Amino acid sequence: MTKPKMFEKPAGVKDYLPAAVKKLRYIENKALACMQGWGYEQIMTPTMEFYDTVGVASSTSDHKLYKLLNNRGTTLVLRSEMTAPIARVVSSLLRESDFPLRLSYHSNVFRSIEEESGRDAEFFQTGVELVGDSSPEADAEVVALAIASLKAAGAERFKIAIGHVGFLNALFGELLKDRNDAQETLKSCLLGRDYVGYRDQLKRFNLEDAVQGELESILRLRGGVEICSQAQQLGGGEEAQKAITQLCQIWDVLDAYGVCEHVLIDLTMIGDFSYYTGMTFEGYAADLGFPVVSGGRYDNLLAQFGRPAPATGFAIKTTRVLELLGIEETEQEERTLLVYNEKGRREALAEAQRLRGLGIAAVTEKADSLPSGLDGAATPFLYKGLSYTGLAVYLPAEGTKGGTTS
Amino acid sequence: MSGIGSDLLKVAMPKGRIYKQASKLFREAGLPIPSDFDDTRKLIIELPEAGMEFIMAKPVDVPTYVEYGVADIGIVGKDVLMEENKDVYELLDLGIAKCRMSVIGLADWKPTIHPRVATKYPNVASAYFRERGQQVEVIKLNGSIELAPLIGLADRIVDMVETGQTLRENGLVEMESIFGITSRLIANRVSYRLKNDRIQSLCDRLQEIIVSNQALN
Repeated sequence: MTKPKMFEKPAGVKDYLPAAVKKLRYIENKALACMQGWGYEQIMTPTMEFYDTVGVASSTSDHKLYKLLNNRGTTLVLRSEMTAPIARVVSSLLRESDFPLRLSYHSNVFRSIEEESGRDAEFFQTGVELVGDSSPEADAEVVALAIASLKAAGAERFKIAIGHVGFLNALFGELLKDRNDAQETLKSCLLGRDYVGYRDQLKRFNLEDAVQGELESILRLRGGVEICSQAQQLGGGEEAQKAITQLCQIWDVLDAYGVCEHVLIDLTMIGDFSYYTGMTFEGYAADLGFPVVSGGRYDNLLAQFGRPAPATGFAIKTTRVLELLGIEETEQEERTLLVYNEKGRREALAEAQRLRGLGIAAVTEKADSLPSGLDGAATPFLYKGLSYTGLAVYLPAEGTKGGTTS
Repeated sequence: MSGIGSDLLKVAMPKGRIYKQASKLFREAGLPIPSDFDDTRKLIIELPEAGMEFIMAKPVDVPTYVEYGVADIGIVGKDVLMEENKDVYELLDLGIAKCRMSVIGLADWKPTIHPRVATKYPNVASAYFRERGQQVEVIKLNGSIELAPLIGLADRIVDMVETGQTLRENGLVEMESIFGITSRLIANRVSYRLKNDRIQSLCDRLQEIIVSNQALN
């Protein structure tokens, strides 16, 4: 690679200018406040972790982890998500804390850049983990909180699709007994969203017509709560029925929360089978081509850190929600410009302090006379690229005292 | 911005070879596509009576439009899907524009010490040879791939073969077939959820036509 030009930065990372930061902070604050309102306390963890602990336990696939060496030659990773670091904290510093634990976070995370669209090497996630509660109530709580957080952050039209990894796992396990390769092939087709490949593979397996029909019909298992009863007829044994029962229970709780208008059931939606253990969900906003939130139940992760516990949670892709909001949707703050000369300085700076104490931003500028364009300016006005809601002038002539405010 | 917020179903259509067969399929499925669309130079064609909008795209760009959600669904060849590796739903095999991806060489081809393979599909070609433990240098070309072995740029090529006519005329033979190609209906991850009813019913109608066409053949 040639030496980069001075203004260049590595691929996939971004600068955020004031207008974008204002929006990002707005989303972050609203979402975190919402989570706070549900009893979730914010936590921060280090940017770097050991590859052998958090790196390996993380749901991020190995080739997407940012790896580096420390001065002892140990491999570190830049955190790729917050769930594994939080599992580490829950199992160590918070070891004595009673379950359930409700934790929230807002954090930048890192993924080794893929040459794919819409994926940054560094981006922001705002989310929660609910640790130590295996009930459908807990799953429903995080889904309802995801909906509430998205709403609080300003997203309006969106849907959350919920599924359950246990269902397909059990169904494949029963219908394709002793055919692990076939099961893996079908799962990888679904994971790759390749329905054509899924059907082609089914034809190749020489299955009984009824079994093939059943396996094909799962591609249509998405819609409202009626999907659960359709799925129940497909069999899959006790495990599959248990998964469906759980989904139905979660739906009932979501119904009590009054958020079902935002929820669909999609049994074809599968997350990473090795990581998720129960309900999974993904959120989609009209106007955005990529999911804005994802989450689910991961009951096996905590055990890797020595404190086995059920857990569920979600992460909002904060950087994507940014694209949903117009800048005018964040609140316009009050800002006053104070222009002063040497004689008016003391009074102007005192007034600026007073305004700041009231929560009004105050910008001071020394000038001999009122800058052109400012005389009789109506508020709000633009000056040197900033918008102001007030103007105060402290330009007393020689021998006079005081200033005027408008 | 994105097409997902709109009530129209936005369809990315590939210009050229696949277009005529795809639009015929859509007509058979009951979509009111006027026949003069086939020769239009317009880039965006609205079909308000069907609640649809067609975006005329270069075939290799169709998966990109769909991945970003500026088109809800699209039609594209399996060759492009394999090469571009975009995160989209592959919903339906339309069974049109049938051909195959193959390794092609001169009739008297012999193994060389530094094998070179010219192709328009560098990802597909690299993966194919890598998975077979063969080390080849892949050379990306943008057209007239058949020229490469004739003038000594590469000893083999990886390309799409439809009838094999061009190959025969240039003294080339198909050595290995990599995978079969047909056109596919693809969908954006978000659109597929938010506009599921419309996309599913279009899928079902197309599926019926495809099955009955196959029965005729």
